[in-house]
Amino acid sequence: MIRFEDVSKSYPDGTEAVRGFTLEAPTGCTTVLVGSSGCGKTTLLRMVNRMVDPTSGIVWIDDENVAEVPPVPLRRRIGYVMQNAGLLPHRLVIDNIATVPLLNGVPKAEAHRRASELMELVGLEPRMGKRYPDQLSGGQQQRVGVARGLAADPNILLMDEPFGAVDPLVRADLQAELLRIQRELHKTILFVTHDIAEALALGDQIVILAKGARIAQTGTPQEVVAEPADSFVADFLGLGRGSLDLHLRETPTGTLVLDAHGRPAGRLVGESRTDATA
Amino acid sequence: MNYFTQALAWIADPENLHGDGGLLARSWEQIWYTLLAVLVASVIAIPLGYLVGHTGRGRGLVVATSGAARALPTLGVVTLVGLIFGIGLFAPMVALVLLAVPSVLAGAYAGVEAIDPRTKDAARSMGMSEWQVLTKVEIPLGLPLLIGGLRSATLQVVATATLAAYVGAGGLGRFLFLGLKTQDYPQMLAAALLVMVIALILEGAYELAERQAAQRLRTH
Repeated sequence: MIRFEDVSKSYPDGTEAVRGFTLEAPTGCTTVLVGSSGCGKTTLLRMVNRMVDPTSGIVWIDDENVAEVPPVPLRRRIGYVMQNAGLLPHRLVIDNIATVPLLNGVPKAEAHRRASELMELVGLEPRMGKRYPDQLSGGQQQRVGVARGLAADPNILLMDEPFGAVDPLVRADLQAELLRIQRELHKTILFVTHDIAEALALGDQIVILAKGARIAQTGTPQEVVAEPADSFVADFLGLGRGSLDLHLRETPTGTLVLDAHGRPAGRLVGESRTDATA
Repeated sequence: MNYFTQALAWIADPENLHGDGGLLARSWEQIWYTLLAVLVASVIAIPLGYLVGHTGRGRGLVVATSGAARALPTLGVVTLVGLIFGIGLFAPMVALVLLAVPSVLAGAYAGVEAIDPRTKDAARSMGMSEWQVLTKVEIPLGLPLLIGGLRSATLQVVATATLAAYVGAGGLGRFLFLGLKTQDYPQMLAAALLVMVIALILEGAYELAERQAAQRLRTH
């Protein structure tokens, strides 16, 4: 469990990135912080592993105040996945994945064995391990980033727009992989994104943030879509702008799902489809 | 015969080539002075450059100081230090080190500064200590620019090391100063040609080293 208790962050020049933020991210669940750029979501994320220290307030991991843990050992037991993967360009993929275990003093052979297992988990072929990051595609690099984040088997995984820099198809793939991995591993994931569709796809709990990390709404994906707390949330979700206001249209080949402008957003499959044709 | 062919003949003459004060021995001295000066400069400038590059502090001061050092007339420094500490290798070595420090320093801190800040951020957020960020990320990735700094320092020093002879030390400058006094221009030209050859050999060695580093670090 990660708990933010009345956390604020202001900078010497007077800007207030976060003001009085309180939130609990339950153990084993994916909590998504979603908001426009500059809303303070990355700052919140980086407070958990002390890449940023709050000006006031406390960040708890279970019953441990992170401010009382030295940053280096703290970071080594928290997985961190960032946009553009942040891989070390001069090290082989396998060594990149093994970075944290090696820092923790795990023997090289064992660290590499563990790294190979993780490559399999994130869907990378073993031969990729002997390549350098710049020889991989963007999507593959992100998989390496995820594997590296998991390498020390942390309870907590922090993900800062990890799929923001890849194309939509690859992003959908990576999201599906993350869901699969999470079903297997049950990590406590704190995930930051500005993409509401990604938040709805991945989050058990969604936290919609306005400027200064003010919480506009917290809830499950169903809750926020069904009952947006206010017009800010509705607007952010795209309700009223068409992208989430869907309706059905029967066609000879099946039922299409259309958005508010009548553009196809998808097709209806499964149970409802059977009902429609029955 | 023109001066050029006379110079070549002078080099080819076994009497000039061998022996204690011969061209070969003086060439070795020239190389040895150069390497010593760059080594001493490196011991001073590389740690300082890494400190500046890693912390981002003191950059203005270092740039200003090393810029001023660059502006010092080397012959003036040789003369001044020679007057204080006497003739021999010490005075020219001080001057050569002063000449080499700015380039090495610039190579060291520029190499560290030029690394993608996201790479350093990732290294820190994985739990590398500051020392580990420096030794495992900044130093290896900064290597090509450091080698570049050493390269330009070496080239400046190898040419300037001829001034060592001005205060009684060895090196190929001996032939230059002797030739100047005796109006033996072929001898001067011969020494100058050898300095050029040494410079080109060192340049080639650095080129190889830079390529190796860039290839191994995938920073090409």
